[in-house]
Amino acid sequence: MKRTVGALLRKELLVELRTLESVPGMSLFAVTTFVVFHFALNKSSVEGDLAAGILWVTLLFAAILGANRLFVADADQGGFDGFLLAPVDRSAMLAAKVITMLAYLVVLELVAVPAFALLLLGAPLGPALGNLVVTLALADIGIAVIGTLVGAMAVQTRARDLLGPLLALPLLVPIVIGGARATAPLLVATHSSGPAARWLLTLGLYDLVFGLIAYALFDFLLED
Amino acid sequence: MAALQLEGLARHYGEREALRDVSLTLEEGRTLVVFGPNGAGKTTLLRVLCTLLRPHAGRVEVLGASLPDEAWRVRGRVGLLAHEPLLYRELTARENLRYHASLHGAREERIDELLELLALRGREDEPLRTLSRGMVQRVAVARAVLHEPDLLLLDEPHSNLDPAAIELVAPLIGAGSGRTRVICSHDPAGGLAQADLVLGLRAGRMALLRGARDVDVGEITELYR
Amino acid sequence: MYGRGLRSLSILTVAAMALALSLVFFYAPLEAEQGFLQKIFYLHVPLAIIALCGFVLGGLLAVMHLRTRDSRWDMRSYVVIHMSLIFAVGTLITGSIWAKGSWGHWWVWNEPTLVSFLIVFLLYATYQPLRFAIEDPERQARYASVFAITAGAFVPMNFLAVRLSSAYLHPRVLGSTSNLPGSMALTFLVSLIAMALLFATMCKYELTAKHTRAQVRALRRLLSGEDGAPAPRGRSAVPSTSGPMTTPAAGRTSL
Repeated sequence: MKRTVGALLRKELLVELRTLESVPGMSLFAVTTFVVFHFALNKSSVEGDLAAGILWVTLLFAAILGANRLFVADADQGGFDGFLLAPVDRSAMLAAKVITMLAYLVVLELVAVPAFALLLLGAPLGPALGNLVVTLALADIGIAVIGTLVGAMAVQTRARDLLGPLLALPLLVPIVIGGARATAPLLVATHSSGPAARWLLTLGLYDLVFGLIAYALFDFLLED
Repeated sequence: MAALQLEGLARHYGEREALRDVSLTLEEGRTLVVFGPNGAGKTTLLRVLCTLLRPHAGRVEVLGASLPDEAWRVRGRVGLLAHEPLLYRELTARENLRYHASLHGAREERIDELLELLALRGREDEPLRTLSRGMVQRVAVARAVLHEPDLLLLDEPHSNLDPAAIELVAPLIGAGSGRTRVICSHDPAGGLAQADLVLGLRAGRMALLRGARDVDVGEITELYR
Repeated sequence: MYGRGLRSLSILTVAAMALALSLVFFYAPLEAEQGFLQKIFYLHVPLAIIALCGFVLGGLLAVMHLRTRDSRWDMRSYVVIHMSLIFAVGTLITGSIWAKGSWGHWWVWNEPTLVSFLIVFLLYATYQPLRFAIEDPERQARYASVFAITAGAFVPMNFLAVRLSSAYLHPRVLGSTSNLPGSMALTFLVSLIAMALLFATMCKYELTAKHTRAQVRALRRLLSGEDGAPAPRGRSAVPSTSGPMTTPAAGRTSL
């Protein structure tokens, strides 16, 4: 199983490095969205709830862009068949894709969060960084799982670019709730407390539930 | 032991039938050639045999394993050469083959052997999208035989191949390979020459099933009318 | 097979609804604060509960489908989800009317149940487009089942998250359903039962209609023989029954 996941990851990495079709697009989209927000809201700096909202919505939409591309190469170039013919555990593909999506998200956040701090955030990010990273990590797992599940569903349909976001957005609302509520108190000038445990628990519960569901159901999406 | 044993195999597509009541036995080492017009169910049959599709009814035994329940026993012992090469265009031939070798647990030395055999040396480190269709088809052949399968399923294997290339692949997927083969063909004369058993499909049903010696080319062309 | 008992069920449903309505209008007392408008509670809450149960049931039926590969489970799952979606729309509309009457706004964000419903509605509204976008009927059924199970698990998760996020903002505007005086509780219970019966009856109607249509199609195919079969339906979001029922149609297959 490990060997299979390793082989799949190597393949994903190679394809992404050659085509660069996911990560740069996601990152650029995020930065551009911050600029759009500046003009739309007519604000030069934001704090608290508003800041958390902008950050999470942007991350979410960028993530969905990436999730949409996740299975396209496999679907269009017979990658599913090639994998299905092999004597391997099919959950390996789920694991590999979730890890890939996580990697994309981490790179996205490495670009987007500093960009956000630079362009729009009115409060210093330094002291809150640790807590922010924890929150992002928990949320990323959930986004990666749902993104993989929805990406696999949408890629085999006709309106794949439309259905992906339509399916993913409602499913990701609890992540937005947990993430934004947890982050809001971190993004104020005089922050004192960390994110309420309640929100981190929500995120963790979500990750667990949908991780298990994805593990149970993914194989059914692969077969013919 | 029979390599293939089908009895009343059926597969439907919604309320339509893609395959109906297909029954045959194929001994090890023999070649079955399937003829039939487009849409007759040839590709469906192949996909059922390599476990990509589940049979909806009937008894299907491939290499001693009963489908769909024992499909896992068959995977890795079957090699499929489909219409699409099942390769990633952005990756090189070597990378694609390494990937498949990893999936199947095949030896990596085999990759070099095959690249040599198929005259792909010198182009194996270029992305597949820069290669001609004929070369891509050769890489696909390599992919199909990389893990030394017991059963070969070939969907019009000579498409995109020039006569020189056909000679190159012959030891791997041709009669000389010694493997059990199921070939879908649109070439009545050429296909018949390779066959031990001939199956003619029309609208998902068996229109013809006979030993190759008892079939003449005219009957095959009749199928396409 | 499906039509059995349909008449008795319908009669029972009509009776239950008549009873519920008379209780609501003539028996349940007027609530002090909200007056007559409060009676929409007997419509709104049962709709909500049945819709939610329906969604979860749709998920369970989908589990059966994936386990048994019998497309009749998928048909049941489809009908139940379809009906629950209608009931969910009813919930949103009655909730909105109630909000307007109580608070003067057609929509309120601090009523967590209503908000959760909106999200759930938006999610399940993609069920049919998803089905419609997949041509292969077997794959369509399979993907729909995966969706139904994921969405079914999502419903409680969503309610939890939304409830958490608004707990500290305002007191519940539409009031809680606990601590109901006896007469109201009885009316509520009868309304709930009537709603459940209505749901079951409508689902049964739809299942029977689909099944009958499929049988008619199969008979037509049988009568017209191999060549004369009518052209297959175009793309459809509606599941067909398990494969061909009798002798097959002409081979306009794609593979």
